[in-house]
Order: sequence, then C-alpha cells, then structure tokens
Amino acid sequence: MAKKDNKQDLAKAVKNVKEAITDAVDAVTDKVKDVVNSPEVQEAVDTVAEKVSSVVNEVKDAVSDKIKDIKVQMENEKIDAKIPEGPLAEKWTNYKAHQKLVNPANKRRLDIIVVGTGLAGASAAASLAEMGFNVLSFCIQDSPRRAHSIAAQGGINAAKNYQNDGDSVYRLFYDTIKGGDYRAREANVYRLAEVSNNIIDQCVAQGVPFAREYGGLLDNRSFGGAQVSRTFYAKGQTGQQLLLGAYSALSRQIGKGKVKMYSRYEMLDVVIIDGRARGIIARNLVTGKIERFFAHAVVIGSGGYGNTFFLSTNAMASNGSAAMQMYRKGAYFANPCFAQIHPTCIPVHGDYQSKLTLMSESLRNDGRIWVPKKLEDAKALQQGKKKGRDIPEEDRDYYLERRYPAFGNLVPRDVASRAAKERCDAGYGVNSTGLAVFLDFSEAIERMGKPAVEAKYGNLFQMYEKIVDENPYENPMMIYPAIHYTMGGIWVDYELMTSIKGLFCIGEANFSDHGANRLGASALMQGLADGYFVLPYTIQNYLADQISVPRMSTDRPEFEEAEKAVKDKINKIMSIKGSRSVDSIHRELGLIMWEFVGMGRTEAGLKTALEKIKEIRKLFWSEVYVPGRIDDLNVELEKALRLADFIEIGELMARDALMREESCGGHFREEYQTPEGEALRQDDKFSFASCWKYMGEGQEPVMLKEPLDYEFVTRQTRNYKS
Amino acid sequence: MDKTINITLKVWRQAGPKAPGKFETYKLDNVSTDASFLEMLDILNEQLIKEHKEPIAFDHDCREGICGMCSLYINGHPHGPDSAITTCQLHMRKFKDGETITVEPWRSNAFPVIKDLMVDRRAYDKIIQAGGFVSVNTGGVPDANAIPIPKAKADEAMDDASCIGCGACAAACKNGSAMLFVAAKVSQLALLPQGKVEAAKRAKAMVAKMDELGFGNCTNTGACAAECPKSVPLSAIARLNREFICAKFQD
Amino acid sequence: MWLFNSSVGRKFVMGITGAALALFLLFHATMNIVVIVSPSGYNAICAFLGANWYAIVGTLGLAALALIHIIYAFVLTIMNYRARGSVRYAVTDRQEQVEWSSKNMLVLGFIILAGLCLHLYNFWFKMQFAEITGIETGAFDPHNGAAYVQELFANPVYCVVYLVWLLGLWFHLSHGIWSSMHSIGWSNNKWLVRIKWIGKILATLIVLMFASVVVYYFVYNICGGADVVETGKAVSLLF
Repeated sequence: MAKKDNKQDLAKAVKNVKEAITDAVDAVTDKVKDVVNSPEVQEAVDTVAEKVSSVVNEVKDAVSDKIKDIKVQMENEKIDAKIPEGPLAEKWTNYKAHQKLVNPANKRRLDIIVVGTGLAGASAAASLAEMGFNVLSFCIQDSPRRAHSIAAQGGINAAKNYQNDGDSVYRLFYDTIKGGDYRAREANVYRLAEVSNNIIDQCVAQGVPFAREYGGLLDNRSFGGAQVSRTFYAKGQTGQQLLLGAYSALSRQIGKGKVKMYSRYEMLDVVIIDGRARGIIARNLVTGKIERFFAHAVVIGSGGYGNTFFLSTNAMASNGSAAMQMYRKGAYFANPCFAQIHPTCIPVHGDYQSKLTLMSESLRNDGRIWVPKKLEDAKALQQGKKKGRDIPEEDRDYYLERRYPAFGNLVPRDVASRAAKERCDAGYGVNSTGLAVFLDFSEAIERMGKPAVEAKYGNLFQMYEKIVDENPYENPMMIYPAIHYTMGGIWVDYELMTSIKGLFCIGEANFSDHGANRLGASALMQGLADGYFVLPYTIQNYLADQISVPRMSTDRPEFEEAEKAVKDKINKIMSIKGSRSVDSIHRELGLIMWEFVGMGRTEAGLKTALEKIKEIRKLFWSEVYVPGRIDDLNVELEKALRLADFIEIGELMARDALMREESCGGHFREEYQTPEGEALRQDDKFSFASCWKYMGEGQEPVMLKEPLDYEFVTRQTRNYKS
Repeated sequence: MDKTINITLKVWRQAGPKAPGKFETYKLDNVSTDASFLEMLDILNEQLIKEHKEPIAFDHDCREGICGMCSLYINGHPHGPDSAITTCQLHMRKFKDGETITVEPWRSNAFPVIKDLMVDRRAYDKIIQAGGFVSVNTGGVPDANAIPIPKAKADEAMDDASCIGCGACAAACKNGSAMLFVAAKVSQLALLPQGKVEAAKRAKAMVAKMDELGFGNCTNTGACAAECPKSVPLSAIARLNREFICAKFQD
Repeated sequence: MWLFNSSVGRKFVMGITGAALALFLLFHATMNIVVIVSPSGYNAICAFLGANWYAIVGTLGLAALALIHIIYAFVLTIMNYRARGSVRYAVTDRQEQVEWSSKNMLVLGFIILAGLCLHLYNFWFKMQFAEITGIETGAFDPHNGAAYVQELFANPVYCVVYLVWLLGLWFHLSHGIWSSMHSIGWSNNKWLVRIKWIGKILATLIVLMFASVVVYYFVYNICGGADVVETGKAVSLLF
C-alpha cells in the first residue's frame, strides 16, 4: 500500500512544481511586457531607428551630391577648344597678333621637355631651342633620326599651286575637312593649310632634295582625295628626307648645347604638380635606371597607337604608352576608334609575320587596282594555277574605276580599303589567303615606258620584289589593306594643349586635323606644321605666365610618387613569371582588334571585342613571362610595358567604336551604310569629337563631347563618284 | 606550300659593354623561306623565352629598310649577303638548307657593343651635330622656288641624302672609317645652293669630329659603297675630299 | 697641321706622294725602254742623271716622297687597325666590287719596298751612288747602265725576282693610281669609272715597259748577244 501512496505524492509534487514554473514564467513575461512597453525603451528604439535611417539618408545624399558634383564638374568641364574669334582665314593671324610672348632673357630660364623625335617632336625641339628655350629631347631609339616618320614614302601636301591647277589654301583646307568626313575642327584644319606653304619653304632651305623639273623648279604629284597635284616628294623617301631635315635642325641645336638629347630613353609617366605638367619619369633603356626630369612644360610627340593591332605598318617600337600615361593623368583621349587602314600594303604571308609593309599611295597615280570578274579566275589565282598576267583584259574588274569614275584609283584611303575588303569578302581575292587585290602597272609601262616607271617607282618595286620574290614589272603586285595611322589621339585645344595645363601634344599623337580619315601626304604636313609653325607660338602663350616659376627639384613628393608607381608596375610585371611571351599575347590582341575593331565593325562584334579584351587583360596580368633583369637592357620588359597599355587602348577603341553609331571615314559600322555600301554619317547625333576621361583603374571612363560646329563649310555626303 | 629550311646559327652573345662575349650556337628547324631574317630571329627569341633563357638583343625598328636601326654582320657582310638592302629586308630564301649562319655585331672602335648584337652608334649623331646641317632657323626663309636647282644636281643630292645612318659603311670598312657616311652628307649639301654657303666650314667640322671619335682612315677600298644598303655612291667621298682640301687651301 | 692630323689630309698626302711616285715610275719606265732601242742612248740618259745637282735634288726629293709615303702607310695602318676595335670579325667575306689589291696595299707595299732595296743595290748603288761618292761599287763604269742591265738579267733568278716584284707593283698601281686621283678629289660618278680604267691602263703600261727590259735582256743573253756598250763609250759620245 505504501508504494501506491508514494506514487501519488510524487505526481502531486510534480504538478505543484509545474504550476509554480508556469506562474513564474507568466510573472516574468508580464514584467518583460511591462518593460518593453515602457516609454523609455520605446524612445530608445525609436532613436536607434532614426539614427540608422538618417545615416542611410546621409550616405544617399552624399552619393547623389557626388554624382551631382561630377555632373556639375562635367558641365564645367565643357570642352573649350579656345578657338579664336573672327573669320576662318583670319583666326590664326589674329591669334598670333594677340597671344602672349616670352622675351629672350626669360626663354633662357624656361625648360621644355619634348618626348619623341619624329617630324613633330624634332621640328618642335629644334624650333624651341632656336628661340632660346632649354629643351630636353627624348627618344626610344638609338638616334633621333630613326623615328617612324622616316618611313613615310609618298610626299607632303602644300597649297603652293605651283602647277597652276587651281589649288589654294581654301581648297587644301576643304579637301582635308572633306577627306576627314567632317569630323575635324575647322579652325585647326584651316591653320594647317595656311602654314603648309611655309613648310615647303623651310624644308628647301634646310637642303631637303625634293624632286625637281628640268627647269630647276619643284615637281608635284597627285594623291588620293584631291583633284590637284599638290604633293611634293623626294623619290619614294619623302618622310625620310623631311625627317632628316628636322633632325639636322635638331642636331644643330644639340651641337650648340641648347637641346640635351636623351636617346634610348622611354617615358614612363608624366609628373603633375599643382595641376600642371612639370616633368616626366623615364627609363634609361640601356641601364634600366628610372630617372626624373623636370621642365616648365611637357610636349609629347610620341606618334600613333596603330600597333595595338600587332600587325601594322608602324615600326616595331611605335607605341601608345605616352598617350595612355597622359590619359591616366587626366588628359582626354579623343576619337580613339578613328584608325586608318591603308589600302596598299603587302598582304600577310605567314603567322610568324612581325609587321606589314606599306607600298606608297603614290603607286595609285599610275597603277590600276583590279580583281578578276569571274569567280573561277579568282579560284585559279588562289590555288596558284594562274598568274595575274594570265587574266585577259576583258575579264578584269577595275572596281575602283567602276564604282568611283571621278576619282578612280585615287579615292581616299578608307574608301579604297573598304572596296578591297568588299571584293575579297565576295570571294574575288587573288592570293592563297584570298585576301589580296592586284595593283597593276602594265598599262603604265605601256604608256610611259619601263624606264619612266622605273625612275618614278623603282625603289618601291625593288622593295616589293625583295619581300615577295616576284617581279612587279612582269606580274601585277598584290596588295591588301593594313592598319597604318591613327587619327584619334590625345585631345588638344587650338593651342595644342591637352586638358592638363602645360602638357602639349603634337603630331600623330594628338587627335586634331584629320577627323575620321587622313588624306595621303597630310601626316607629314601636320607633323611639321605642329612642330615648326604652331606649337612654338602657342606654347609661349602658356609659358608667358610661367616665367617666375623656378626650376623645381625632382626630389618633390610628386616625382617620388610617380617614380614609385612606375617601379611598382615594373615589379608587378616582372613577378608574374607566367608561361606566355609578350608577343604571343600581343598577337592575340591584334587578331581580336583586326576582326572586330578593324575595317567593318558591328555592335555585336564590338561587344564581343570588349569581352575578349578583358580576357586578354587577365591573361596578360597572370600569364606573361618577362625574362631578364629590371636594371639591365631588357627588350621584353619594354614590350610588356607597352602591351599593357595597348590592351587598354584596344578597349578604349572598341568602346568608342561601339558608342559611335554611324559610319564615317575610317570608322565603318556595318549597320550604317547606304544601299551602295558607302559610309553613312549621322550628323545630327555624332557631329562631335568623343573625349574619354579616365575615371580610375577598373572604372568605366566617362565620355565628354566637343561639338563640331561647321560654321564655314556645309557638310555633305562625301562623293568620289562624280 | 611554304618552303622551309633548317639552319644553324652562330650568334655573338655579350652581356654588356665590358663583359666578354662569345658565340652561341642555336639550331632552328622549319624556317619559312618567306620569313625575313629578323622574323627568323623573332622565332628564335620566342623559343629562347619558352625555355626561360634570355632572348638575343638586336636593334630593329621600322622593318622596311629605311630607319637604319637594324644592323648585324651576317656571314661576313653587313646587312647580310644580298645587295642594296638592310637586314630587315633580307629574307631566308637567300640561305640554303642546312647552312650555318654567323651573326656578329658591327665591329668598330667607335661603335661599342651595348649588348649581344646591339651597338652604340651615337658617334654618327655627333658627326652630324658638328656640321651636318644648313644653319637656318625656322621661319624667314625664301620661297621654295626662289632658287632653281638643276634636276641632275637635285637628283645627285638625293642619292647622297638617301643615307640611313645605319653604320654599315664603317662596319664593312677594313679601316673602320666613316668616310662614306660623312661624305654623303657633305656631298648632298654641297650640291645644293642652300648648303653651298657653308660647305667649307661643314666639311672641316665634320671630318674633324669623325677623326676625334676614333674612326679610321679611308683608303678607297670601296667596301662601304659595295655594302651600303642605300647604294650611296663612292664618288661622294671624292666630293668630300675636294671640298675639304679646297677649304683647307683657302684658309 | 691638317696634313698630319686630319684623315682627309693624310689621305691627300698619300694620294699626292703616290701620284708623284707613279709619275716617276712612268718616267723611269720610259727611260728604261730606251735601253732596248738604244743602249748607248740609255747610257747617255744615265750620265745626264748622274751626280748633277738636279739629279741629286731629284733623287733626294724622290727619296723623301717614298719615305713619306711609307711612313704614312705604316701610321695609317696602325691607326686603322685600332679603329677596327679590339674584337675582330669571325667571318669575313669579300665584296665583288672591291679590288683585292685595295685591301692589301701594305703587303704589296712591302713587296715593292723589298724589291726596291734589291733594285737600289743592283743599280743605284753601283751607278749614282758610286758617281757621287767616287767609291767603286760595281764592275762597270757608273754611267754604263746598259751593261749593268745586261749583266743582271742574264741571271734567270734575278729575272724571276724582278718579274714578281713588277707583278706586285702592278697590283699596287692598279689601285693606287685611281685612288690617288680620288683622294685628291678628282672624281665623280662618271669619272670614277674612267679613272679606274686610266689607273689600270697606266699601271699596265708602266709594268709592261719595265718587264719588257727584263724579258728582252734575258732573251738577248740566252741568244748569246754581245756586250751592248763598250765601257764609257756612250758617255764620251755625248760629253
């Protein structure tokens, strides 16, 4: 019995405990409820919530303020090209009449750095030194005479009208604007045409042996995009002779001690102090030493960035790194997508090929371009079963003469290039790769006689024969378009100053004058115009305010930082130690560029290009292998540094090409063409120079617009047909 | 369809100006005969990089025979065994299958080796700086057609002016003389009325600088003109001599 | 002085002395030919060029020219060797347009110098030297050049030595003559080809004239020819 009682007691006790617990919980719960509902706690919670939301709002405001700021800044940064007032023909005269000058005593106290010794750089350095400034000149080759301007073959334009064929400054201006497909600045181009005549006078005075008539006066030839003969030439080596002229002027100043020459030096950064360009960081390519240089102003004449495509007519060391350095420091990169594809280059012949060789445009004076009319003939040519001379006259399609009766073989370069691509894409190519057309001199040889042809083009023919191993007197030459020149470049105002004060950009490196397409024989003209006759004036307008600025020490923190950044970059590249050579990655980039950002561009293609370039960037920064040491002559390191910049330029080109939804000049968007396949501009939307502003590493750049208002010329559709 | 050849290369390797150099032998197979000589060296360098060896340093730039940057003494000839071209225009079809090709830098006291096949040719710049110019400043010059120049003279001046300053003349000369280089510039400018004015001064200054820089004496062997990639004529040297001797007698 | 310390000056000196020596050789060779045509006439010339003051001055001048030419040659060769740099080319090849002689002028010069010493011993020492000093150095009268000529070239060894020497001279002159004109500045695109031909023709002419005397007297002696001139006869004919 006692067992049963015990059980009941236990159950009771458990029940009591349960009840007690429940009561206690209830009591606590009530207490908590009381506390939570108390006004103090309510208040505290409200305060916290308020605070959080206010912080969020603050951040929101700050961000939107920042965005507003940037927008306002952009508005303020509304691009001012500083074009002088007045009628077109008087702008330059007016400018010169009213600009500030520096007196001779003060010139001695001012230092100017000139990077590059091509036509623009050498002529600028020489002219500035002649005036009395102290010049520091830099080039990456062993001698200033090697700059790639030397390879220009055909000639230089000037409005001399020596041939009495109706040429004038206005006509040269007009042809250049039209040739550039109305994407250049009127005032700049007019000034270029104006000073063109001085250039010829200057070069003759320097002893440049231009071709002459038997009467002893200067001879001219005609070039693409013009109906007058205004091109002065020195055999097929005009660029060489003009460059040697500028080089001799530069040498004279080096001899006098007014120019300090730094050859085998590569600029690696521009140094900005208080918003002004005050020097550069450069690498001595022989010793590998990083050095600092101060100057009151910095002039960059570093040429174009055509080598982004790997295969181009540029020299092996031509690069866009100086431009990228300026861009990263805040200078705008304008119209990067405007690259010229030259129609008369020797076609690609193997995957080991290192560069493409240009055959002078002057060949189109007497040579006739054709492909077979019949596809079976083209097939036979491609298989090597037939030679060009085997195709009878009636089966040849002189497609340029057919499509453009008025200009024939002398249409501008972009038009000729696209026409060649069109024929080859249709299957009419004449070499084993199907990517070549004929340039035929048989008719010229018949008309002028072989000796006359030889006298005029002999060295070019010889060059062709050496490369291709085929006699061009007997069999027509084969040609195909290749990247040749970049119209785009660093944005400059009328004074050739970039958007950074005291930083000037001249020659091919800047974006001015040629618009969306450059006419033949105009690059030499622009380079020398900038260097001899424009920059030496306009730079004084800037330097006049700098006469009281003392020479600064290169120990300043700005120099220190810039040098450190350069060294870090070099160390980073050297430490990758991947498995790929620089060239192998560059070739890959080149193929992407040629396929998607080359002669025919589409929205989809450009988007693909942007993706692929991203992959290339990743590949480069993880897989590149650079042998050798930093503190030694190291060609692979030089190439790697340049390639790192080419990748960025490639991306910028693709971005710009994607933005520009129209076809103009060298930029051909396949979506925008006339039914006959000609370029279709969108003047209402794209009549501006696109100026890209760097926003930091990994950030998308911002585009600003410099509107191109045509005050003096009416925009027309380019017509080379009639 | 490309024809290919196998070659053996004996290349001069030298780490720096003061380091002793020596020949290294490399084998290269299946080189397309359409490749240029420098493209062949690119292929070799690519191979060396793959093996994590240091590539061969050599000068080159335009690769179309005009900048004068490329050099190389190939099988006993500056710019290789073909006439009137630079090394970059030399193609592998000039060589036979199985051939051994010896590649050396320019050898001249005035052209010290920088590394491997690269030499320092600034001596040529210094000669030009001494007087290879017409002393005119930018601007203020007469009209280009103000002085007619006989076509024959202008053409001859052009032939002399085509010099690319590559250094092959001094490299080819058994005397290490830069006479053809100096003569080309003196002759070009002496032929033209613009340059005639200071022709005497120029000839004296340039010759003096050439001598100072350690180039040898000309003995008229003519190797310079024979190897000149731009075929600058030997007669330029006669004109230099004439200009120089007349100038000295006038003093 | 630019004739010493300038390369073009040195070249000018080499050219002028070389040209003068070549002219002398032309004269000498013309004179030698006389010994074939008229041995006594030859001896007359020998007498004319004996110990007279003009002949002595001429000889001294000639010696000076030769000495300058030789000294310059040595100096230039040393300078040029240095200019080539310390490391030599491992492989060199010849250029088609470049004459072999032009690259070996010093070696040819050595041959000429050696021959000259022999020649001076064979003739000058026995003739002009004997005449000036009055010492009897040869077997014949110092004025009887023809006899010396006849005597020497009877010996086939001397004939061969002299012919080799003349061959060296030809190579030296074939480059030297046009080169001297070029060095003086007497050349241009058209004339370069012409002076090269002029040089070769002159060199050939000079050497042929010299060689003809050697060959003539060798053959003459083989055929057992009599003494060409009695001692002293020719001299008395004239004076």
